[in-house]
Amino acid sequence: MAVTTAPTRPAVRARPASRVTGFIRARAWLLLGVAFIVVYCLAPFYWMVASSLKANPLLDQALYPKHPTLLNFREVFSGDNNFQYALRNSVIIAGSVTILALLIGVFASYALARLQFRGKKLVLGAVLATAMFPLIALLTPLFQLFSNLGLIDTYPPMIVSDISFTLPLAIYVLTTFFSEMPWELEMAAKVDGATPGQAFRRVIIPLAAPGVFTSAIIVFIAAWNEFLIAYTMTQTLKAQPVTVAIAKFTGVSRFEQPFGTIMAAGVLVTIPLVILVLFFQRRIVAGLTAGGVKG
Amino acid sequence: MATETVRPARVRRRGGPVRTSEGRRAEARLAFRLLIPTGIVLVVIIAYPVVRAIWLSLYSDARFGTSEFVGFRNYIRAFTGTGSDTFWPAFWFTTLLTLVTMAFELVIGFGMALIMNRAFAGRGLVRASVLVPWAIPTAVSAQLWLWNFNPNGVVNAIFHTNVIWTGSHWPSFWAITIADVWKTAPFIALLVLAGLQIIPSEIYEAAKVDGATAVQSFWRITLPLVKSAVIVAVLFRMLDVLRIFDLPFIMTNGANQTETLSTLAYKASIQDVHPSYGSTLSTITFFYIVIAAFVVNLVARADVVKSASRG
Repeated sequence: MAVTTAPTRPAVRARPASRVTGFIRARAWLLLGVAFIVVYCLAPFYWMVASSLKANPLLDQALYPKHPTLLNFREVFSGDNNFQYALRNSVIIAGSVTILALLIGVFASYALARLQFRGKKLVLGAVLATAMFPLIALLTPLFQLFSNLGLIDTYPPMIVSDISFTLPLAIYVLTTFFSEMPWELEMAAKVDGATPGQAFRRVIIPLAAPGVFTSAIIVFIAAWNEFLIAYTMTQTLKAQPVTVAIAKFTGVSRFEQPFGTIMAAGVLVTIPLVILVLFFQRRIVAGLTAGGVKG
Repeated sequence: MATETVRPARVRRRGGPVRTSEGRRAEARLAFRLLIPTGIVLVVIIAYPVVRAIWLSLYSDARFGTSEFVGFRNYIRAFTGTGSDTFWPAFWFTTLLTLVTMAFELVIGFGMALIMNRAFAGRGLVRASVLVPWAIPTAVSAQLWLWNFNPNGVVNAIFHTNVIWTGSHWPSFWAITIADVWKTAPFIALLVLAGLQIIPSEIYEAAKVDGATAVQSFWRITLPLVKSAVIVAVLFRMLDVLRIFDLPFIMTNGANQTETLSTLAYKASIQDVHPSYGSTLSTITFFYIVIAAFVVNLVARADVVKSASRG
């Protein structure tokens, strides 16, 4: 984009002076572009934070909170909303889903990334295909199943149902990481007499830990953000995760929503994810995109 | 665990991996065992519900405890019967939403990727900020945009307008579109950027030596080489928007004909307790998505073949 404005066409005619101004102009455009991206991504998030710190955001459209207050945050945990239960529920659900999806996915990914067997492409294709399944297509039977079992408003329906989309995601990301690992070391271990099982435990697991950790973050975020299943399978504070609690933060009528409180809850829910993202951005990007490039 | 019991290493001689047929069979056996848990899980929580939903869609919704086999009557009801005046608006709304959001996301995402690919200063900052919309739960971003689009909200304040955004059809459409584009264009940017980064810079240098302009380089080098990454991004996004639920459900709750296929199916199944009709709608959604993915794949592949035979 930025480059198109730089006068690079007639290479012969370009004199040093114009080349320098062109360079500066290209740099300026680039800087503008970078600024655009940052503002585009962060401005709405900033506005969420700013609104959460205002006493009455509906009447106060100032660019920044002039009298910052934690009133909204106190309201989030007050008797009307009891957001601490939602946070607890989300941690338990997303945590369990992450552990289960990785535990199952790590074996499958090892097989897919490393071992030779017939039908490998078919398995990989099936796993990828399930990732595109619309949750709504699974919802009714799962809801019936869990209500027949009397499990509505408990954790298991959400944990089990969330596996349906987090397991393919985990396998997809893990397989990508596993196929880029230095497997010569496994071979070396085998040459030294280790069985495939031993090579897996002693060599592969320590090597794979960073990839597994990144996959865990991606899966955790996916489970933490899930809404449809949780909204269907819960009724009360007992099992509701944060996404459902925030969606239900409506006042008596739909037109009188406590936006300051909702934004405060949104900030609380998002901050841990933003911190994770800040620390592990490079790995997360690698995990999200590496599979996509190879098609 | 299961891996411990397999000992194919014995047949291997020292000094290198000799793939005997027994070794290969042992490897396949290990692979099979490692894949068993995934297979069981996928069958129980994906295959079973999908098949069960299709099964349900062929039965009537139980009145007084009995439901009977009705064949495709539920489908006829959705397509031409009493359900058609809610089904078709939802179908077209979902389709239009998909086309419009994808167009915006592609243009914005592509632009972002081009900038990120050239930016040296602040690369970490850009990458981190691009991940923020992705990490925010959709339920939260739905409330955030509902707040931004509030009649007294920041959007009206900035543009000095007085639109009740979620009060009528088209403003609602644009509110949902903008909320979705904000959250997912950065994701497209990441996918496209990954594609851009594997293009070797020598190609550009060679083109420059041959006197190609920047615009020519973009059309003749960048675009063709990044195409497969873009197709993957398009496919991902298309599958995602066709099943969109969280944003319309929270922002408009289907008011003013902003129902999508997923929200419609949800309401039929869960809120109205018509699991059979709801399953019919969700099965239609499912096959719509499968067909759309198939068509995009077909078009993309034909395009690749065409360009391969051309050059």
